[in-house]
This record gives sequence, C-alpha cells and structure tokens, in this order.
Amino acid sequence: MLDFEVFTQQLITGLSNGMIIALIAIGYTMVYGIIELINFAHGDVFMLGAFLALTLLGALGMEAWGPSGQVFGVALMLIGSAVFCGGLNWSLDRLAYRSLRKSSKLSLLVSAIGCSFVCMNLGLFWGGAPMEVFSNGNSAAAPKHFPAIIPQINLLGDGFLRITPADLLVFTVTIPLMVGLTIMVKRTRLGRAMRAVAQDPTAASLMGIPVDRVIGATFFIGGALGGFASVIYSLYNNTIGFQMGTRAGLDAFTAAVLGGIGSLPGAVLGGLTIGCVRSMSDQYLETRWTNTIVFCILVLILIFRPNGLLGKTRKEKV
Amino acid sequence: MRWRPGPIFIILALAGLLPLLDIFLPPKLQMCEAVRGVFLYAILALGLNVVTGYAGMLNLGIAAFMAVGAYAFGILTCEIYPFQLGFWPALALTIPIGAIAGFILGAPTLGLRGDYLAIVTLGFGEIIQDVLKNLEVVTKGTQGINPLPAPNFGGGEWTANDEYKWYYLFFVLLVVTVIAARNLERSRLGRAWFSIREDEIASRSMGIRVERIKLIAFATAAAIAAFAGGLSASVLSSTGEPSNYDFQISILALCIVIVGGIGSIAGVLVGSLVMVGLNSIVLVKATAWMAANGIGSQGNVLLSPNNWKFLIFGLALILAVRLKPNGLIPPRIQRAKQ
Repeated sequence: MLDFEVFTQQLITGLSNGMIIALIAIGYTMVYGIIELINFAHGDVFMLGAFLALTLLGALGMEAWGPSGQVFGVALMLIGSAVFCGGLNWSLDRLAYRSLRKSSKLSLLVSAIGCSFVCMNLGLFWGGAPMEVFSNGNSAAAPKHFPAIIPQINLLGDGFLRITPADLLVFTVTIPLMVGLTIMVKRTRLGRAMRAVAQDPTAASLMGIPVDRVIGATFFIGGALGGFASVIYSLYNNTIGFQMGTRAGLDAFTAAVLGGIGSLPGAVLGGLTIGCVRSMSDQYLETRWTNTIVFCILVLILIFRPNGLLGKTRKEKV
Repeated sequence: MRWRPGPIFIILALAGLLPLLDIFLPPKLQMCEAVRGVFLYAILALGLNVVTGYAGMLNLGIAAFMAVGAYAFGILTCEIYPFQLGFWPALALTIPIGAIAGFILGAPTLGLRGDYLAIVTLGFGEIIQDVLKNLEVVTKGTQGINPLPAPNFGGGEWTANDEYKWYYLFFVLLVVTVIAARNLERSRLGRAWFSIREDEIASRSMGIRVERIKLIAFATAAAIAAFAGGLSASVLSSTGEPSNYDFQISILALCIVIVGGIGSIAGVLVGSLVMVGLNSIVLVKATAWMAANGIGSQGNVLLSPNNWKFLIFGLALILAVRLKPNGLIPPRIQRAKQ
C-alpha cells in the first residue's frame, strides 16, 4: 500500500472514531457548561449503554435477522441505549448531585467519582450475565465481543481504500444529532433556558425557569448522546468491556477541553482532532504510546490555551 | 493546664501495643501483617490529605507518585543499576524525588481551574503505568525491579519472617509522618493552605502567593506518597508490576481521606483502618472463607467479594459526602464551627 493511501485510511478511521469521541465529549461539555461539574460517571454511563446494546442484540437474536431486519435492529439499539443512558444520567443527577448543589465543588466531584465507580461495578456484574453474548457468565471481567451485524464490505469496490458501512453509520448518526442539538440549544425554549441557567442560576430561577428541571434535562440529553455513541462505538470497534468507560471518558474530556469546554462546535472539533491523533499515533508511532500522547496533548493545551481552541475566556465564579 | 491525650495519640498508642496482644493469639487471628498495610495506606493518605484536605485540590493520581517512589527506590538500590545505595539513604531520597515529580506535573497545571487538576492527575495516574510498562530497558516492564534491600539492624538483613520488626518500622515511620503532618498543619504554610481552600481570591488579596502555595502542597503530597511507595517496594522486595499502582490505589486513598475526615489527621488514621480493613482484611478473608466452603467457585460474578470492591468504594464516597461531609472525625476547624 502506498504511503498516501495508508495515511488516508488512518484519517478515515480517525475521523470515525473522532465523531464518536465528539458525541461523548458533548455530554461532558453540556454538563460542565451548566453546573461546572466534570461528570466523571459519564464515561461509565456510556459503557453501560454498550452493555445494554449487546444485551438487546443477544436477547432478540439480531445476528440471525435479515439485512433489513438488522437496520431495524440497529435503530432499536440506538433508541434503547439512548433512552437508557439518558435516564441513567438523569437519575444520577437526581440521586447523587442535586442535593449537593449548595455544597462545595469538591463534594460534588467526589460524588461524581463515586457514581463512576458504582456504574463500573454494575458493568462488571452485567458482564457476568448468564447469556450467550456474555460468554454465559464465565469470566465476567473479560472484554466482550460485539458481533458485527453490519456487513463488513468495502463500499469503494476493490480499491485500496476501505470505507465500510460502519464508517457510514457513524456519520449518518452523529451529524444529524449534532445539528439537531445545536438547533435545539439555539432556538427552542429549553435551549434558551439551558443557556440562561448556565449564565446565572439564581437570575434564571427568578425569571421563572425551573432550574432543577432544566439541569435534569441537560443530564438526560448528554446521557442520551452517550447512549447513541455507545452503540456506534460497539458496532464500529466490536469489543466492549466494563473498564472502557475510563479511557473513553478521558479521551472525550480531553476533546472537550481541547475544543473549549462549554462549546458544542468545540467539542466536535476536539473530538475529531483526538480521533485523528490516536489513529496517526497507532500507525506511525506505536499503539502502546497512544494514551501517553493524548495525555501530553491535554497538558499542553491546559498550559498554552486553557480556554481551548474555540472557548471563550471566562472567569471562575466566585 | 492538664494534658489530655487527643484522638491521634490514642489511636497510635493502641496501634503500638497491638503486637503484645498479637503474640497471644492463634496464628489464624494474628493481624499485625494486615495492620502493617493499614499503616502504609495511612502514610499515603496523609500525603493525599495535604493536597486534598488542607489545600482543597482534588488529586486522583496519588498512586502515580507512589509508583515514582517505588521505582526510584528500586533503581537506587537494585544490584543491576549503578547506584546500589542501602535501604536508608534510598528511602530518604524517595522524598525529594517524589517532590520533584510533583513539581514537574504541578508547575504547569496548578494555575488552572481546580477541577481541571483532577483530570490531569487522573490522566497522569493512567499513563504512568503505560510509561513504566513501555520503558522496559529501565523499569523491566511487567517483571518489576527486584530483589530490593531491607533494613539490616538487629542481626542481619530482615526477611519477610521478621514480622514484628517490619511492623514497628512501619509504625515508627507512620508516627514520624503524623508528626510532620501535624507540624505542617500548624505552620504558616498550613494556615496558608487552609486559607486558599476556604477562599482563593480572599487569600490572594491577603498577600498569599496562591500558585506557589498550591505547588508546595502538591509537591509535599507527592513526596509523602513517594516515600510510601519506597517503603512498600522494600517490604515486598520488588517494585511489582506497574499495574500495582493503578487507579484503585488512588481511589482507596481518596476514600480514606473523605470517609475519615477531610483535612483531619485522626480522621485519616481511622479512615485507613476502616477502608483498608474492608479492602484487604474483610474482603480477602471473605474470599478465602468462600473458597474453602466451595461457594462461588463456579464463576458467578456476584459471589466473589472482590467484585464488589468498586461498588463499596463508590457508595462509600457518595454516602460520606452526603451524610457526613466532614468525615468520621472532622478536623478541628470544622468541630469549632459546629
């Protein structure tokens, strides 16, 4: 294979993975934008979404469905995981964060870390479920194979470059979601309420905005995006495990910071950048150094451009 | 004024007398070795308490500095490297080496919003394992560096059988750390830490150099953690593999500080007893008991106590923050407020 083709191929992989990272990053950035909390549990909510998708796939026997049935199956998993992750994220806010709104930021963060651990442990238990897709409950902690129910063909015929239906799926799911979200935040009542609460919760509540409900909705939407991301991640990478939330969370958070936390286009730009950096590093350096490179990027941005590529300068609230 | 023993003194005195009880117990019930682990984590958590408790900055990668200390100790002492120092000089050197590591990571990132620091330390804790694994030339990859020396006073170099010698070594070093932490708490520096924890902007306008004071807190914590790392490498006679210093260790230390009482030395001691007791005594004994009775051998995930660890730690954090935000033994300053 020629150099240029290798590069382009890695770029396609990087962009696809980048879109998935971006979708998770939006969940971080929305929550951070509104209550200044790094929702540590977000990565693990994403992980549980993937487990739900695998459970649906196994329980309904989707592997045996015909091609058109599998399109329906993918749609079913997307919706199921989105609702599940949204609901889960909303419940975390309701149960573990809401009562701490008045406490120090440190308590809120610690509570979020606690939630992350609880979710991770639930993933471990889930991995031991007595189902065939979870290897009948043996070796719960081992990574699980996610069957590739999308055909693994090359849409470009016999050329060197490969674009698979999975690549296509990533873009057809993520782009409309991002556009829809941007319109929602800019145009709808809920979006306006979210921006108002982000600006100043007290003033917003004085204007009659139900602050807690708006924050809850933000958690739901962020979680739902993580749910969508979990399904396309699983279909794209075909391996899931109960510890994948931490890595995905770190990548997505790096992406959110790179783009400028609180900014939706920033999260997308950051996600694409991190995705490409990862695939280039896998190809041209060594896979085992990729995580280190991503971490170095995080530290470098924080030193030289703490507000990110597209973020606005904002003073820490007193 | 009459002197009354405070909680710290009582806890330490009981810990110091434990071997007297231990030698009369049947071997199955002896607990000195397990309590030694409690001491080690107490030292580590006292380090974390400096940065998270006193200065109010969340550090999620304290285990990384423990790894730095352990590998520094390994490289300074092991016979395959040129230094070949003895136990004491190498253990002493882990302190400045840890401080330098903390300084290098902290200097660029401490000026930022506090919650970014949490992520940077979390990321550092993750990648230090990769780095240690990947630099096989220096760190021997997953084999770890070994054998490592032990102290040798009182008749030859100690072995794993010298249980009580190790116990009292850990005990004495814990007492030294407690005294150091107590003095720091009451020093000018300690008051500056409390001040920036309570209100950064007000402290700045009172003339406290916030960045510098934060950096000192960060480096001090790293130094104490590295010290704990060197000590643990010595007792195991090996650095172990890099994944021995993973996120679980950092979170265990965080649980100790939060559950025990954030910013409270007595709280950290009690927290270590509770959390490490749960982690490496109750869970381990339960696993052994279940294995002996043939329960859970069929791979049912719910029947292995070890699989409940994350859930227990997570719930401990959530409930502690919610129900006892100042911990089991709140620090003096909080007690005064109530």
